[in-house]
Amino acid sequence: MSQFDIKKLPQGSKGFVHDLGSDQRVFKGVPWGKAMMWIFLLSDTFIFSCFLISLMTARASTTIPWPYPSEVFGLTVFGTSVPLLLIAIMTFVLITSSGTMAIAVKYGYEKNRKLCGWFLLATAIGGLTFVGMQAFEWSKLIFHDGVRPWSNPFGAEQFGAFFFMVTGFHGTHVSIGVIFLFIFSRKVFRGDFDTGRRGYFTSMKSDYEAIEILGLYWHFVDLVWVFIFAFFYLW
Amino acid sequence: MTGDKKQEVHTHKIGVYLWIWGLLFVFSFFSYMVDYINYQGLLRWSLIVFFMLVKAGLIMAIFMHLYWERWAIVNVLLWPMTLIGVFIGIMVAESYYTFFTRLFYFVVGG
Repeated sequence: MSQFDIKKLPQGSKGFVHDLGSDQRVFKGVPWGKAMMWIFLLSDTFIFSCFLISLMTARASTTIPWPYPSEVFGLTVFGTSVPLLLIAIMTFVLITSSGTMAIAVKYGYEKNRKLCGWFLLATAIGGLTFVGMQAFEWSKLIFHDGVRPWSNPFGAEQFGAFFFMVTGFHGTHVSIGVIFLFIFSRKVFRGDFDTGRRGYFTSMKSDYEAIEILGLYWHFVDLVWVFIFAFFYLW
Repeated sequence: MTGDKKQEVHTHKIGVYLWIWGLLFVFSFFSYMVDYINYQGLLRWSLIVFFMLVKAGLIMAIFMHLYWERWAIVNVLLWPMTLIGVFIGIMVAESYYTFFTRLFYFVVGG
């Protein structure tokens, strides 16, 4: 990290050519863990793209009308039915947790141990709330409406398969993220990144940049939800 | 790795994040309103895609710090994603073909 001064390197497109043509490492100033997380997220992008593109293909090629998500996911509150109410709340919860994560990363880099820990914990609780609401949504669709991967009362049969696959895969990502958020908030509160305490799994010393890497993952989960919200629920 | 020889890091004023957070709320609210007001057709789809791309751009640029990264990693990440657009184009053509053959054989018979 210290062989070069990153500010003296060429910037922009010249920097792009310079970095790709240079010795030793391409991603200058990017810790290896962060580069690996980005490349993992790129591969995950392709997985979710495949899901959403096959959703598009199924929906465009079925001769039976596709269920109208606005009604399927509507809730009745005080006698009036509100379209997509739960989904909208879930969206706001996830965006809120993304905001607290961004602030946790900021305080991490400022080595503000306590605030970083509290915002990580808030992020974890936001994620847990999201998963809880998703569990409610799933159970409503399964037990109340009788939606199955092979059939549903609303329309085209592929709907159930895509609903469980797409939101299930995203929910799995959120759940894994929540677990890691709890683990890392404990590590932050204990001061692992200040004292250089070795990790329980890798036995390596870590730094607050681990929080940024975790943050990348969490923002990605939010990013995927933006696309699911648009293509599955709103379209 | 602790302490003095720490790399130059991105630490920004908290206001940046609060602003983006607020904007994400506003744009999510707008995209929800598209459904609530029940716009249909091309207007609905273009508004959904517009708000979606704005939100995705804000999250990637600011929350994920891509705006402050060097071009080497930004380009390595963004160019492969453009291939998804090509894939979408291919599958649109494919799905229309499937739809047509289904209509044809369901109506006319095999």
